[in-house]
Amino acid sequence: MPPAASKQPGVPEIFRVFAKIGITSFGGGLVAYLRDALVTDQKWMDEEEFLAALEIGQTLPGLNSVNVAIIAGRKLAGPRGAIAAAAGLILPGVLLLLVLGILYDRFRHNPNVAAALAGVAAAAVGLLLQVTLKIGAKQFLNLRDLCFVLGTFYLVAFHHVSLPVVLFLIAPIAIILCRPRSAKPNP
Amino acid sequence: MSDLVKILNVFCLLSLLAVGGGSAVLPQMEHETVTLHHWVTGDQFATIYSLGQMAPGPNMSMVALIGWQAAGAAGLIIALVAFYLPSSFLTYGCSYIWDHFKENPWRASVQQGMAPITIGLMLAGVHAVGKTACINPNHSLHFNTITCITALAVTGILFAKHINPALLMLLGGIAGWFLLRGH
Repeated sequence: MPPAASKQPGVPEIFRVFAKIGITSFGGGLVAYLRDALVTDQKWMDEEEFLAALEIGQTLPGLNSVNVAIIAGRKLAGPRGAIAAAAGLILPGVLLLLVLGILYDRFRHNPNVAAALAGVAAAAVGLLLQVTLKIGAKQFLNLRDLCFVLGTFYLVAFHHVSLPVVLFLIAPIAIILCRPRSAKPNP
Repeated sequence: MSDLVKILNVFCLLSLLAVGGGSAVLPQMEHETVTLHHWVTGDQFATIYSLGQMAPGPNMSMVALIGWQAAGAAGLIIALVAFYLPSSFLTYGCSYIWDHFKENPWRASVQQGMAPITIGLMLAGVHAVGKTACINPNHSLHFNTITCITALAVTGILFAKHINPALLMLLGGIAGWFLLRGH
């Protein structure tokens, strides 16, 4: 363990570091930005602590990046640290979005703007498709997983089966099929 | 007033159901905000989603713009707080007791079982945004062809090259400006 505990950052410092990520992280990939800032630059966490925080963040509901910020902020300065970290990460992007939203409202009937925004929206669909295919590569190649992928897609996209139904009826089936194997092999 | 309560309800629920990152709640968010509550149109939803992808910070901060369209400044604040606070509280609390669950064998089962569900939900998210942004029956064949090519080109380029997605979205905007005007 590095002697990081000797200088605990204050709440403003936590806000500043997370706000820097919140301002610069164009195009997503926030977890990588967080790792660089928390582990490499500030040395507020070691690699193992960061991965543990990420694992919690991925398992629980909510955005992975925001959850990691909450855990890191809490570890550094308790509840106020957690608030500073999450607010720093979220608020700069929201301010920019608000500006974009106001411009969008004002100019969306301009044919030039509408055409450009249609291009941006199409590109965003391509981005989401790529992310989905990339992180789902393993699931697409496994027959049982593929059935759940396509079944969930079909029910949600075409029959508007709601998210709670998916999570409380379909997900348990998938989880039970992946239940822990007992330690002793069956004869 | 009642709209603010509805915004609070909808986004609190989405917050607690946002498993596997934010994109998995997109289909439900689209259904609630476009079809059920008419806070935004399908076109607006697709545009707001793409603005959220372009802006820095967590991509789901787009909920702020939906809240804003639905009920102005108060809607914006309530949507943001409702979407981020419940899951953050849960994470804050659970990070204390996490070590008790760490060794539980069911944790791996949950992760393994949830993975394909999350991917299916994300695909449904592609459909939720794509059905207005790419294959839109209200637009011309020319429009739909260009938008589909743009989307698939972005997917292909991102697989082939390590490039900042925000840059590609700007390029998508330029392509749209050149090719989609008047369609």
